Amino acid sequence: MSTPYTATPLKSPQVAPDNTAFWEAAREGRLLVRHCKSCGKPHWYPRTLCPFCMGDTEWKQASGRGTIYSFSVTRRAGPTPFCIAYVTLEEGVTMMTHIVDCDLDTVRIGQKVKLTFTPTEDGPPVPTFAPAEAG
Amino acid sequence: MSINGKAYIVGAYEHPTRKAPDKSVAQLHAECARGALEDAGLTLQDVDGYFCAGDAPGLGMINMVDYLGLKVRHVDSTDTGGSAYIAHVSHAAQAIAAGKCNVALITLAGRPRSEGSSGTQARNWGANLPDQPFEAPYNAVTVNLYAMVAMRHMFQYGTTSEQLAWIKVAASHHAQHNPHAMLREVVTVDDVLNSPMISDPLHKLDCCVVSDGGGALIVARPEIAARLKRPKVKILGAGEAVKGQLGGEVDLSWSGAAISGPIAFEEARIRPSDIKYASIYDSFTITVLMQLEDLGFCKKGEGGRFVADGNLISGVGKLPFNTDGGGLCNNHPANRGGITKVIEAVRQLRGEAHPAVQVKNCDLALAQGTGGYLGSRHGSATVILERE
Repeated sequence: MSTPYTATPLKSPQVAPDNTAFWEAAREGRLLVRHCKSCGKPHWYPRTLCPFCMGDTEWKQASGRGTIYSFSVTRRAGPTPFCIAYVTLEEGVTMMTHIVDCDLDTVRIGQKVKLTFTPTEDGPPVPTFAPAEAG
Repeated sequence: MSINGKAYIVGAYEHPTRKAPDKSVAQLHAECARGALEDAGLTLQDVDGYFCAGDAPGLGMINMVDYLGLKVRHVDSTDTGGSAYIAHVSHAAQAIAAGKCNVALITLAGRPRSEGSSGTQARNWGANLPDQPFEAPYNAVTVNLYAMVAMRHMFQYGTTSEQLAWIKVAASHHAQHNPHAMLREVVTVDDVLNSPMISDPLHKLDCCVVSDGGGALIVARPEIAARLKRPKVKILGAGEAVKGQLGGEVDLSWSGAAISGPIAFEEARIRPSDIKYASIYDSFTITVLMQLEDLGFCKKGEGGRFVADGNLISGVGKLPFNTDGGGLCNNHPANRGGITKVIEAVRQLRGEAHPAVQVKNCDLALAQGTGGYLGSRHGSATVILERE
């Protein structure tokens, strides 16, 4: 069995005053993660105040390398199958995303993935991930 | 202050409809309220506390209080999704213990089947959600947010689709005796595995039904319960929790039941092994497995083995669950399964479950629910009840 990835524009994110920098970076192909200036910890999804200590936070660019924590190929919730996933970034935070550009039936927990961006209907692109090694 | 022994569930009613295109949602709430009051032997004039959640139309509880003609001195519209009504039982007991009301009415009703709403569609929770930009683009819907929990459980603990299927098989064994159940046909593990894959690894038969309907409960102070003619169901303990993505330290291996369960058991001063019957929210098979582990009915990671081979079937296994057929087979009104969990627990404690599924000497029961999404953020509520 194989389930090829079908490129489909995703629903646009609601850009808010506290995340415009994130989407500007996304348009440049960069993934930003918010880190706390007090406790030093990164967190996800981005907030201006740290969810661990309520300290002020700042953007830092992520490496774009990660590992699949969990996933599901959703076959009956849209015109084509898609692979929703949680990916744990090298920086330590785990984010919701899609796995793209591969046979979706080969996706596995623990697989190494690399950042890519997927277009949305009428907004900025959103971070998605593809297998780090082709195949 | 503990709620142990401070209040009783004196009325319970489950609407018999499973498809109600010719009824309004408010009407269903009212019909459930009347049914529960008749069951208790009380009237509208006795109610001085009202509880509802997001399925009720209007601004919090205000529109429904007016519509139902209630004269209340205590209200609460806590919304933790499908688990809200289990939390309402606890909140009603707290309000009664504090002297804020004497007779509390809890209602739930909805018509997602008539309105065409299901777990493969994104819900609209309104503007300004902080998580929306980082999740909605990925088409996170109900089913795949539970599927990722199942996928992780399989990876981490070796749980199989066959084991998850046993949960549906057990529910179907119970539903065959419920004339109101949407799905009354007994199914096998193979039937579940051969049903269409919706979102890996959850098949169609791993998912609950979409139904119209509703339910209502009446909670009252001990003095009032004592003069009513129905069997007495005492509230022994309750717990609540909210679990999310933990600031990005996502851990799908446990649910909020790991917090709400122990709180409830401590207040009830009993252990999981004392429970004779358990109502466990079953939006999906994985939802049941996670909560059973987190409540302490088995060790973390051993849920697959615990549910296999009919261990949840009444009269067969060690822990009879969802003897009405649950959300998997009976109904899931308003896409929220909490209130029906309490209702079937009350039936079991009263000895009023169907004779084929009635648990013998059922003196201690538990109702557990999660609401929202197990794979992103959810509420959890546990209540422990005793026949007196």
